[in-house]
Amino acid sequence: MSDAPTDDGGDPRFFGVVLLGGLIFGFGLGYSQMARPEVVLDFLQFQDFGLLFVMGGAAVVTGIAFALLADTGRRAPLTGRAYAKRLKTYDRNVLVGGTIFGVGWGLSGICPGAAYASLGVGNYPILWALAGMFVGAYLQGYWRSVRSDDEDDVAATTAD
Amino acid sequence: MAGLVSTLFPNGIAQYAVGGALVGLGVVVIYVGTGIVAGASTFLESTLSYVSNVPRLNRAKHLASRDWRVVFTLGIVLGAAVYALTLGPGGWTTDVQPWRLFAGGILVGIGTRLGKGCTSGHGVCGVGSVSRTSLTNVATFLVVAVGTAQLVAALGVSP
Repeated sequence: MSDAPTDDGGDPRFFGVVLLGGLIFGFGLGYSQMARPEVVLDFLQFQDFGLLFVMGGAAVVTGIAFALLADTGRRAPLTGRAYAKRLKTYDRNVLVGGTIFGVGWGLSGICPGAAYASLGVGNYPILWALAGMFVGAYLQGYWRSVRSDDEDDVAATTAD
Repeated sequence: MAGLVSTLFPNGIAQYAVGGALVGLGVVVIYVGTGIVAGASTFLESTLSYVSNVPRLNRAKHLASRDWRVVFTLGIVLGAAVYALTLGPGGWTTDVQPWRLFAGGILVGIGTRLGKGCTSGHGVCGVGSVSRTSLTNVATFLVVAVGTAQLVAALGVSP
């Protein structure tokens, strides 16, 4: 498998850009307070609606980039990849998965990106959540491999 | 009016909006440079491909992206550490009980992979793309999460 093509396209600057993007992303998650499960739970219990501005603010910024670049025929300098939007196909799993995710998020107050950021601020109890997320990702991978459930395979240009 | 605002937003909105904009900027930096729309949760699956032979976890798109996803995630961890040590209050830990974090984490891990994305993939990148799939997913998990959190609180579980 080591001979298979990877997303980096061989440009040495690729990982530097990914690291920079991750640094800004993580700094922003820390700044936004979303790395605190308590803040997320306060939001979900209607005690502080500020979190709407985290997802909203982020979506507006990415939306501007998509509006300017996506589907213009231009290509990314480091990979030659055509700029596209994040459009995934719809099927029942989008609802089922969203529901399961919602129960988990509402119970724990933490989602994947915020969990990584939370670890960065020294919140070591979040390792419980990260361990759970890996267990959950493994379980669904195992179940779906047994069932050969490939209905959501999509183009490699999208990535969550 | 001011009373309503302070009721809905007791901590203001600046930290949330600025933090959110920075999250978006991180996505945009990677997008402009590489054309990749980066979300946070595929890391969970693609990283498992280093240690597991389960076919679902070893799909070509995971093998192609697993290295940069590790770098992206390390960046998130480091970026949050930089925040905590500069503008932030230093380190802190959550009081939410471990069983909630672990059980919730398992469901998050299953749900985000089954539903094709998480708060960043669907909530930020998908909503930014005005994707109907993502808008449907986000509406679903928001409603369910609100109900879950309120139910757990009503049952007297705190924190």
